[in-house]
Amino acid sequence: MLRPSEPGLADVPAQPARARLPDLSAGRKRAGFLREIGRSLQTIAQVPRRNAYAAIGLLIYLLFVLTALLADQLIHYRPLEILFSDTYQLKRSLPPSSDHWLGTTQGGRDIYSQLVMGTRSALAVGLTAAMCVVAIGTLVGLVSGYFGGWVDNLLMRVSDIALGIPFLPFVIVLAAFLGASQTNIVLGIALLLWPNSARVIRSQVMTLRERAFVEAARVTGAGQWRILFVHIAPNILSLSFLYTSVAVGWAILTEAAVSFLGFGPSNTVSWGYMLQDAYASQALGREQYNWFLPPGLAIVLVVMGGFFISRGYEEALFPKLKG
Amino acid sequence: MTGVAVAQKAGDDVLLRVENLSKSFMLSRSLGDVLRGRNPKVDAVSDISFTLRRGETIGIVGESGCGKTTLGRMLLKLIEPSAGSVRFDGVDLSDLDRPAELAFRRRAQLVFQNPFDALNPHFTIRRSLYEPLFNTQVPVADHDNLMGQALVRVQLDHMLHLLDSYPHQLSGGQLQRVVLARALVVQPDFIVADEPVSMLDVSVRAGILNVLREARDTMGLAAVFISHDLALVRYVCERTITMYLGSVVEDGPTRDVIARPLHPYTRALVQAVPVPDVDQSHDPLPIIGAMPDVRNPPPGCRFSDRCPLADNACRAERPPLRVVSPGRRVACFKVPDQ
Amino acid sequence: MLLSIKDLQIHYKTPMGPVKAVDGISFDVPEGKVVGVVGESGFGKTTAVRSILRVMPTVASFAGGEIIFDGKDILKLSDRQMNDLRWRDIAYIPQSAMNALDPVWRVGDQIVEVLTKRGGMPKAEARTRSEQLFAMVGLEANRLRDYPHQFSGGMRQRASIALALALNPRLVIADEPVTALDVIIQRQVLDTFAKLQREFGLSVILVTHDISVVAYVCDHVVVMYAGKVVEKGPARDVLTHPSHAYTIGLYNAFPELSADHDCELSPIEGGPPLLLNTPPGCRFRPRCPFALEICKTDPPEVKVGPDHFAQCHRAHEGASLRQLAADPAVWRRVVTA
Repeated sequence: MLRPSEPGLADVPAQPARARLPDLSAGRKRAGFLREIGRSLQTIAQVPRRNAYAAIGLLIYLLFVLTALLADQLIHYRPLEILFSDTYQLKRSLPPSSDHWLGTTQGGRDIYSQLVMGTRSALAVGLTAAMCVVAIGTLVGLVSGYFGGWVDNLLMRVSDIALGIPFLPFVIVLAAFLGASQTNIVLGIALLLWPNSARVIRSQVMTLRERAFVEAARVTGAGQWRILFVHIAPNILSLSFLYTSVAVGWAILTEAAVSFLGFGPSNTVSWGYMLQDAYASQALGREQYNWFLPPGLAIVLVVMGGFFISRGYEEALFPKLKG
Repeated sequence: MTGVAVAQKAGDDVLLRVENLSKSFMLSRSLGDVLRGRNPKVDAVSDISFTLRRGETIGIVGESGCGKTTLGRMLLKLIEPSAGSVRFDGVDLSDLDRPAELAFRRRAQLVFQNPFDALNPHFTIRRSLYEPLFNTQVPVADHDNLMGQALVRVQLDHMLHLLDSYPHQLSGGQLQRVVLARALVVQPDFIVADEPVSMLDVSVRAGILNVLREARDTMGLAAVFISHDLALVRYVCERTITMYLGSVVEDGPTRDVIARPLHPYTRALVQAVPVPDVDQSHDPLPIIGAMPDVRNPPPGCRFSDRCPLADNACRAERPPLRVVSPGRRVACFKVPDQ
Repeated sequence: MLLSIKDLQIHYKTPMGPVKAVDGISFDVPEGKVVGVVGESGFGKTTAVRSILRVMPTVASFAGGEIIFDGKDILKLSDRQMNDLRWRDIAYIPQSAMNALDPVWRVGDQIVEVLTKRGGMPKAEARTRSEQLFAMVGLEANRLRDYPHQFSGGMRQRASIALALALNPRLVIADEPVTALDVIIQRQVLDTFAKLQREFGLSVILVTHDISVVAYVCDHVVVMYAGKVVEKGPARDVLTHPSHAYTIGLYNAFPELSADHDCELSPIEGGPPLLLNTPPGCRFRPRCPFALEICKTDPPEVKVGPDHFAQCHRAHEGASLRQLAADPAVWRRVVTA
């Protein structure tokens, strides 16, 4: 063991004679972990003020989030309720009217209510799946990029396998085997979509690993895990954020596709479900634009919102890319 | 000298003992290499031995590729040596368990070359200064005290608002002072300063160098100062070691080495440094050609293919580093004992 | 006089208003001489010298003054005429040699390309000439076949010098050519400049922050601070009798190899000023240990020797100021806001 410092040192005060010590306690309240998070949130909040893409994207998301939260107040009828007119006739394929803002389906259900309720499903799947994907991707990227060696090799080969499996068929097969539920769709997405973010984060970590402040962290005594999660991670969180917004779009599209193909859950209404229903009922042939256009447009809008956010924040967070 | 430095000199113990230290890096092999069973490597550092006493400042001078940065990293246990040992206060650095390593980190710190890169851009200055205290398990009650002392030493005590700023808001000179403060905040006995001012503007350098000198005098700090600039080394270091292609070629008191360089390489180095004198000599340097490929150094003395004095004996065998007068070592067959 | 810069002004357009990066500088480059431009980063040196070639970032624009090269005002030339001038009459060596050399071409091919495309030489002649150029800068002809990454830092620098000299320019502008180099290579590169000046009458503008380099190789010195020329004159005069506080400060801030006594270096306290909405008066006043009330008005250009000028109200007191400046305490007493 190393001996403690020479006894002589303890007696002599180490401060140079000329100055009294500054009072640091005043400032200390302002530092701290929560402050750091607050500062990150502040940065994130400031971007839309300067960047049109981010602003528009956030606005779109906000619109959908509010719709999803207030869905119960916004809908006119229960989405899966089969409706009958006063004369006990099935309200089949009615055109838009004051009673049914978007008309009704071939099976007598209110399209507007389905659309509104579908927002919940879309966001639930989209956000959950996106967060899973990015959480896995970030973790793998961090560990792989920092430790290198056989860990990196192993994780990258696993990601190769994940990349090699065809995406949509896999999710369909999973849904077919484990049952058609939103959870299983989220599972399928999470299992296959993480390699993209993992790769990019990994290369970013590999660059950061060589930088002086990481070496500085080692010299000051930080252990490996501390360096990874306290020193390196904050520098890649912005990347993770970007990937989240992109992943939401992908997840929603996937869910819509799976539902459209008929492998989605049949007890919850989603936009994909609406499209599938419309297709099966030959709505296109009957020119029932009011049925299949709204969900289609809704999907496009949400995905676009996600890409706008990522584009806007990318410009703000990585200005060099603007060229 | 203050009381602190005197107390240490009286003990006159060796703080750092470097023995036969070597480091080789493997290079990526081409197919031809694999087939021929070759393992190309670079001997970045080759059989280096020296000692550092408490409170002493040594300058390590050499050009790029001479291995001085690798050496510096080995002294702080940031790179593991291929052979040889570094003993800090008698303890071999490769023998440390985690608690002992933390104790070492509290006593040995590093000052970086690039002030713009040495601090985490996401940490406030205060947070960066807090990190070494936290990691080496300094009691929380002492934190403010130690941070305050460090700031006074680097003369940032009148700019406390900097503590809540982020690195991108500070100038190069201020950043380097913060880097120094971070190194000094745990009150180490030993620092390695790797080209600490080479990226700073000229008028700012003097400030940092003065802080280093003062820290050395008031804290009794032992330091290894790595630089390619002999003039800087002269200002800060009592002793100078010259390195060439991974080996020590000369070692002695700075004034002596600069006034009367004995090794031909040191002689060329000293002559090559320009001075602010319009009438300085423009004589050609006593050195031939360019630095050889690090992977294929000449056999025998590594300097033999550029040395004006080289003969067959020099090319056949590597000269050992030997004492030519008290406190002076040279690795050259052509230099007689003084 | 090969090049004459008179009252040059260059402004940068920023969201906060115009920044006067170069605010009225004047100096001359005689034929066959090496002129050193000294100052620290961000003080307009690079902007000023690159403006001689009219190569500037889009946010920068000329706001006044003249650049007379060989009797013609460069600022009034058409783009086409200016293009002819570049590389043929005036060449530029950027700060990092990797900025001059294309990493995917062999070095020899890059030189040949300049010679054939811009010099109109036939290929065979161009090859011979490129060997000559390499010999001039002390590089072996067989290295022409290599790629830039196979060169060491010093060799790359010399290769970019060879590239700049390809078309026999009369003036070469070298931007911090030796800053990143080891001291022995630095010496070789500086010796190359000196040799080219001697043997071919080359004129050089050498931008540097190191006054030792200036002392080694320059005939004249121009000291710039905050976009203005604060002192200029023959190197010998400026270095032995610096008359502006900034020059004196630079001198004292430099650790010298040959210093006999264990003197302390005097840092210049404070930092460079923001060049936005600059108040009238001397720009160095906040950092100057000799500032007086009068320094709040623009300082005049004072002649302190044959061909030696300093922009300072107290320029005539040079001798006594230099003596005062030797004491580091004088510098430390400067209180910066």
